[in-house]
Amino acid sequence: MAVAAASLTASAQLLINGAGATFPYPIYSKWFYEYSKVDPTVHFNYQSIGSGAGQRQIIEGTVDFGASDGPMSDQSLSRAPAKLLHIPTVAGADVLTYNLPGNPHLNLDGPAIAGIYLGTITKWNDPHLAALNPGLTLPDSDIEVVHRSDGSGTTYILTDYLSSVSPEWARRVGRGTSVRWPAGLGAKGNEGVTGQVRQLPSSIGYVELVYALQNKLPYADVQNAAGRSITPSLESVSAALATAKVPEDFRFSIVNAPGEGAYPISGVTWLLLYEQQRDPQKGKKMVEFLKWAMTKGESMAAPLNYAPMPSNLLQRVLEKIDKIKY
Amino acid sequence: MSAAAALSALPGRKSILAPPSKAADTAFYALTFAMAITVLALVLIVGVELFRGAQASIHSFGWRFFVGANWDPVNNDFGALPFIAGTAVSSILGTAIALPLSLATAIFLTELAPAWARQPVSTLVEMLASIPSVILGLWGIYVMVPWLHDALFPLLKRYFGFLPIFQGPIGGGYCMLSAAMIIAIMIVPIITSIAREVFRAVPDSQRDAAYALGATHWEATRLAVLNASTRGIFGAAMLGLARALGETMAVTMVIGNRPGFSASLFAPGSTLASTIANEFVEAVSDLHLSALFELGLALLLVTIVINLLARLLLGALGRKTRLGL
Repeated sequence: MAVAAASLTASAQLLINGAGATFPYPIYSKWFYEYSKVDPTVHFNYQSIGSGAGQRQIIEGTVDFGASDGPMSDQSLSRAPAKLLHIPTVAGADVLTYNLPGNPHLNLDGPAIAGIYLGTITKWNDPHLAALNPGLTLPDSDIEVVHRSDGSGTTYILTDYLSSVSPEWARRVGRGTSVRWPAGLGAKGNEGVTGQVRQLPSSIGYVELVYALQNKLPYADVQNAAGRSITPSLESVSAALATAKVPEDFRFSIVNAPGEGAYPISGVTWLLLYEQQRDPQKGKKMVEFLKWAMTKGESMAAPLNYAPMPSNLLQRVLEKIDKIKY
Repeated sequence: MSAAAALSALPGRKSILAPPSKAADTAFYALTFAMAITVLALVLIVGVELFRGAQASIHSFGWRFFVGANWDPVNNDFGALPFIAGTAVSSILGTAIALPLSLATAIFLTELAPAWARQPVSTLVEMLASIPSVILGLWGIYVMVPWLHDALFPLLKRYFGFLPIFQGPIGGGYCMLSAAMIIAIMIVPIITSIAREVFRAVPDSQRDAAYALGATHWEATRLAVLNASTRGIFGAAMLGLARALGETMAVTMVIGNRPGFSASLFAPGSTLASTIANEFVEAVSDLHLSALFELGLALLLVTIVINLLARLLLGALGRKTRLGL
């Protein structure tokens, strides 16, 4: 009986499909679920197949909206048949997790992380690292570097940060969801990096903040552009968001943000959709959902360990959403 | 009286066995033929789609793709040589490690094991094949690699460190040698079962002749069975190699995923299959995707060629058996 009733409702429902980034999947799932209580006539279906696939699918029009952890490049945008909008939803951060005896609380800065991942800083007791951690005796062992072998928004955020703090990194490697790593081992997914760092003494790797919090991993403080040593947290990510320079098309980067309390390795995730919606019914529902997400939905972000958008940015996002035509 | 005859004897009842129908036979032939063609068509479709997807990359890089060593998604420059080398080294090494193990197991199962033990042991070996690749990869990360890193690799480095393949830092243990070992574990069942068939095909008269000449167990096995089976063993090894080439998940979890070359087996590496698995989902630029398609095409062609060669070698085995030689 319940199944029959549910299927009756389902057949009357409008189905909106989306695909893309894996990082915001938990918060999007929560939003779609909560929104179905607000408006039972629409049902959202989201496949977390990765930012790259999400960008491709929205360009090809096989989904109604895409999601990406990295902003689309000008080249990708030019391939879209119509104007694509970037709607920032939530933010997160990359943390550096490590495996050292005694689990000390490490302090790092941009050049240090760049040096480690470039392979120029090879030992834990390197003078640069020792200078950043005066209270610790770091071991005289090789740093086992771990990075992502698969393409990911997580990698994008870190390489974006390293490109802004290290000219050598910008020249040799650059930013992207997949890059040519100069050093280190590749592991698949946040789980892979965590597994390798946990198993491998003297190693260091990067994972999403959400992931580190939920799995209780040790992570380092990072020195920000203001010179202060910041512990990764939702507050410090929000601080980075608050001081970010956001252009009109919302493709912005919040790495190395100028604020006092800003965590420097932060990043935003976006929903991608066309300014001119092809289906008026779906377009109307999409806009209603987005407005709900940007108002009610944002309050659900923090309990799930995502940093919500600050109110000044939300205001601009809502104005942009008003521009969507259907 | 048989049941059919009894029922036919009932008044007004037609025979249970309908008269032979030409139509049914034709339909049967057509249906099975269609199924067979579908299987062939699937392989062709995969090949064609890979080729189409790889077009952008083929046009951009041409032959340079297979000799280029730079895989740079940010600057859209792709060269597949590190992965080709990585696939070759890990697969060949894995097969080389698996071969003695498999042959020894096969000899044990055909020549030496007591009759009651043969079935259980061979079932256990086959069960190894049923372990999903991902599970084996997880076991690799949490059990095998730490053990290799702590126990076996230091030993190899200490006693065989003069060889270039065992020089260089041991690092994390996620390296070519770990990948080769996990590949070996995965292909042991297939090589063992084919080698068993190969050994069973050697007629007992050969073994009896050896024993009659006063040979020991090992001598008889060597003279009568192994000598006669070289072609078959080679074919089994090639089938194992073909399987090894395509191993993806378990390999990507232990190989370190680092495109590059090194003489040392302790250095991390990368294979065609693991790169495709890692980068396909997030590949943003069309050229990156196309380059991955081209990797897939290369892998498909190599696997097909090796499989064909293996079948040819083993096919000769079948002919010999039927002639009773």
